[in-house]
Amino acid sequence: MINKTVANAEVAVADVFSNAVLMFGGFGLSGIPENSIKALLNKELHGLTCISNNAGVDDFGIGLMLQKRMVKKMISSYVGENAEFERQLLSGELEVELIPQGTLAERVRAGGAGIPAFFTPAGVGTEVADGKELREFDGKLYLLERWLKADFAFVKAWKGDTAGNLIFKGTARNFNPMMAAAGKITIAEVEELVPAGELNPNEIHTPGIYVQRIFQGKDYEKRIEQRTVSRK
Amino acid sequence: MLNKDQIAQRIAKEVQSGQYINLGIGIPTLVANYIPDDLEVVLQSENGLLGIGPFPTEDKVDPDLINAGKQTITMSKGSALFNSSESFAMIRGGHVHLTILGAMEVSENGDIANWKIPGKMVKGMGGAMDLVASAENIIVAMQHCSKDGQSKLLKECSLPITGIRCVKKIVTDLAVVEVLPEGGFRLLERAPGVSVQEIIDKTEGRMLIEGEIPEMSF
Repeated sequence: MINKTVANAEVAVADVFSNAVLMFGGFGLSGIPENSIKALLNKELHGLTCISNNAGVDDFGIGLMLQKRMVKKMISSYVGENAEFERQLLSGELEVELIPQGTLAERVRAGGAGIPAFFTPAGVGTEVADGKELREFDGKLYLLERWLKADFAFVKAWKGDTAGNLIFKGTARNFNPMMAAAGKITIAEVEELVPAGELNPNEIHTPGIYVQRIFQGKDYEKRIEQRTVSRK
Repeated sequence: MLNKDQIAQRIAKEVQSGQYINLGIGIPTLVANYIPDDLEVVLQSENGLLGIGPFPTEDKVDPDLINAGKQTITMSKGSALFNSSESFAMIRGGHVHLTILGAMEVSENGDIANWKIPGKMVKGMGGAMDLVASAENIIVAMQHCSKDGQSKLLKECSLPITGIRCVKKIVTDLAVVEVLPEGGFRLLERAPGVSVQEIIDKTEGRMLIEGEIPEMSF
């Protein structure tokens, strides 16, 4: 067993540098690495490229990094619900690359799996296809998309062990497993950190080989964007 | 003219037992309210769930369980959870039978535009481009005309395209319209109290009218 445990978020993010490419797991605010983001906010960073399905909201998640002007470029599939994002985008301070969600997921997966490029039907005939190679397979057109990798990937899991094995809960899994594999250094924060051997190997979603650092997270807010309830 | 709930109710009649279905945000989400209980269908949420259940009661709200519209949800019996890559693999792989989504424009050859308005803040396409590039059957739920009265059923889309030649059927506040495989719209049903002439007048694209056009039933 290789012990991946670090003391806390501050230690985990200590060597993150300006102009780095970062990945963040999460869909909306569900399954985002809250502790790592908070720790990054306390560092003097700029020029970051952030790959994340969404860009948080004004006062939470990656939205806070935008407020501090740490981000040069966002690579995402959907970036609504964020006024500061909109302001920086329209003023030209922030660069944005919008990618179909399935293509984003697969580009990250490809990055972690050693597949430099792949063909997908998503975006054929749209501006997403501009400048990309098109090829016909069995009578249908597909476009070539390249892998995505990161200097650091930040993921959040429900449970993890000291060997870096991760188990996610509900739909908070989303982009986290692929990003764990696509980061040169992957930093996992978990709600419950247990000694190696305590998690059932049959239930591991992300094997520890992809995780370089793991720490016990704290004070999770787990904000809900659209609280929707039924009466009965 | 139909209201949003009635559009959803009419679309629910297209659903068949045994289907895996992806519902988009807006009117499509409402379709779930009208799928008869005796149909065996599974709703897919592209953020990683097969088997969307009803919205939770206050005491069952779980921040780790949301749909693609970021609303809190529950899981139905027999649900499965997975990551985003697997989710879109099942979409692109043709395993999801039916996709129902909203649109700003549909052209007579089945092109759809629903993600971007030039000059306005672009929020992104989310999963829409992957869904429309892959699903076998795509039904669009939308108003027949824009707020300023312009037809949304066009010869060619004027807005940036989300996907080409993919829409099979459109249900609007005025009509049920098929997109013919060779191009062109065909009027299938009209909303209660709406005349065929009104639908023709409010459709810019070619509209084929064959025989008596029945009024929708629910």
